[in-house]
Amino acid sequence: MPDSFHRGTVKIFLGYAAGVGKTYQMLDEAHKLKGNGVDVVIGYFEPHGRKDTIAKAEGLEIIPRRKVDYRGAVFGETDIDAILLRHPQVCVIDEFAHSNVPGSAQAKRWEDVQVLLDAGINVLTTMNVQHLESLNDQVWQFTGIRVRETIPDWVVKQADEVVMVDLPPQALLNRLTRGAVYAPEKARQAMENFFKESTLVALRELAIRQTAHEVDVRHSVLQEDGGTPWPGSQAMDTLSTQKSSATDRILILVTEDPSSAALIRRGRRVADYLKADCFAVCVHCDKTQDISPLQRETVGKHMNFARNLHIETQVLQGENMARTLVDFARLHQVTQIFLARPQHEMWPVFLGRGLVERVVRLARGIQVTIVAGRRQ
Amino acid sequence: MFLGYAVGVGKSFRMLDEARRRRERGEDVIVGATQTKVSPLVEALLDKMQVIPLRIVGGVPAMDVEAILRRHPQFCLVDGLAYDNPPGSLHPKRWQDVEHLLSNGISVITTVNLQHIEERQEEVEKITGKHVKATVPLDFLRYADEIEIVDAPPDFCLQRGDIPPAGEIGAAISLPQELSELREIALLLAADVVDCQLEAYLARNGIKQVWGTHERILVCVSRYADAALTIASGRRNADRFHGELFVGHIKRSYMTPEERIVLERNLAEAQAASARIEALDGEDVAGTFIQFARGHGITQIFLTNRMRIRWWERIFGTPVEHLIRAAENIDVRVFPG
Repeated sequence: MPDSFHRGTVKIFLGYAAGVGKTYQMLDEAHKLKGNGVDVVIGYFEPHGRKDTIAKAEGLEIIPRRKVDYRGAVFGETDIDAILLRHPQVCVIDEFAHSNVPGSAQAKRWEDVQVLLDAGINVLTTMNVQHLESLNDQVWQFTGIRVRETIPDWVVKQADEVVMVDLPPQALLNRLTRGAVYAPEKARQAMENFFKESTLVALRELAIRQTAHEVDVRHSVLQEDGGTPWPGSQAMDTLSTQKSSATDRILILVTEDPSSAALIRRGRRVADYLKADCFAVCVHCDKTQDISPLQRETVGKHMNFARNLHIETQVLQGENMARTLVDFARLHQVTQIFLARPQHEMWPVFLGRGLVERVVRLARGIQVTIVAGRRQ
Repeated sequence: MFLGYAVGVGKSFRMLDEARRRRERGEDVIVGATQTKVSPLVEALLDKMQVIPLRIVGGVPAMDVEAILRRHPQFCLVDGLAYDNPPGSLHPKRWQDVEHLLSNGISVITTVNLQHIEERQEEVEKITGKHVKATVPLDFLRYADEIEIVDAPPDFCLQRGDIPPAGEIGAAISLPQELSELREIALLLAADVVDCQLEAYLARNGIKQVWGTHERILVCVSRYADAALTIASGRRNADRFHGELFVGHIKRSYMTPEERIVLERNLAEAQAASARIEALDGEDVAGTFIQFARGHGITQIFLTNRMRIRWWERIFGTPVEHLIRAAENIDVRVFPG
């Protein structure tokens, strides 16, 4: 590879719902780049039959989609090989959070994008705030919808730019009723679910705050490093203290309990805002056979999930879970331990304290955060 | 209202683009005021619009409110909301002209720059080192029916050669770092405006649930434990999350002199941290704090653990333990005592 090689950069057009104009604004930018003599192609775009958007793509080169047969249906996915072969300076890839049809080289479109970046191709892409992994529980709490297609926060953090595409909710609802977003039947369904005004206002606030946070993160980096690009976020989360200037260190206790996923997301989010180091551990009892193989497998899945969010993990061995956890925390100068709220909270205290109480009592000098079991 | 964080983010363009779309839908839109110098893109859009010429008052241009009222369109575009009218005009400020149009049943689409928001001026001046005279009160934004952010990365503003120099009163700002800081302030300002809308909506519909779009931290203090560190951490966390900080305590009719000193010291710390201080009534410590937290959209409760544990608390649990159990969808952070 030549010395002058640069990894590609990503620019994300962030919105809070379908129809706010992300794709339109992205294509507008593509046209501007083309006008400035930049070699731009469309790698994937999803017009949803919207006139304005389709018209906006005119005059831009489109790489045809790759046809994929899956269970008797034909799907069109991004043709990464064709894009690599064509090797434009900038590639437009719509819907960053999309999951590819099973059997594709990468499971997720954001992983496809990594391949393009590694090849030095710059990418323009779109996403909604509800696709951000660490907001999954909050969004579920007020929409009642579990968003399945998510993007780890570090992927967004790596983007060079995040731009907010804004539209007031009322204007969006007007668009929807005019049929400018979806076909009538789908529009009606949408308005009963995601497109309630209260939900849209809340999602919009989340999107604006997220953009402000992304801006904040980037200019702090500018200040600290004198303008070098954002470093790989993995380096920020390492267990070795020397490299990190973080004052806060967060330790998440992962168990087989389903609440672990929400705990990991929340820990990751708090760590990002506090610019803290973040790691996760699980405690295995070496003697007693206290958990079943199935439970152990679940713990493994949770640990894997943490690693996907760029949280360093470690398996601890110990008889007493609370003591093992607190000892490890002390040894690694942890400032905050994250625990899930116990599910069965009505046990009488004198029958033996729960894990939370035991950790709180042992953790003298360390803060203990009990994360809400977010419910609707 | 289109809100931007600097000259050149593209507010005028977005406003005129909206006007174009409205006209295509058959709405009656005219232009009441434009910037003195505009980019070619904006120029092209303006050419297709009916423009009411500015009136010259003592050699200075101002929006012709009377002519607009006579024409009485459905929508009137007013570029540059923060404009000081020349002496002898109907109102000293352009935003007052806009109020005049609104009260006469004309809808207004307008643009404003962060640096002109009165309540944010000091903050902006610290970054830019420039003082801007013309201002618009923040309440004007809060009462706008719709506010839309015009966001763009700083390099976009810098690359644009077509920025009107001193078209709006403040001269163009240049450093990327400065622009980035302004951008963050503008976004957070917009988020606060939207948060008010959300709260109003939830209140109207009697929804008491914590939606957690905005982090709000409640530090619970008592007459037993020194909470200085907890409050300091609360402040720092609230700042990092761009959230709000509350400090709550439960009123007691009887306190020993020592207890009174501890509580007063805690409240003094809270005041120094510019927290919202709340004195709550209630016998049940955990229950009272939780009730307050639910009613105020608190997302995180911070409390200080007490070293001394009474014998009955060993059996029935400490207030801290009770609070953890009752907190449901609020995070609880326990600080060492």
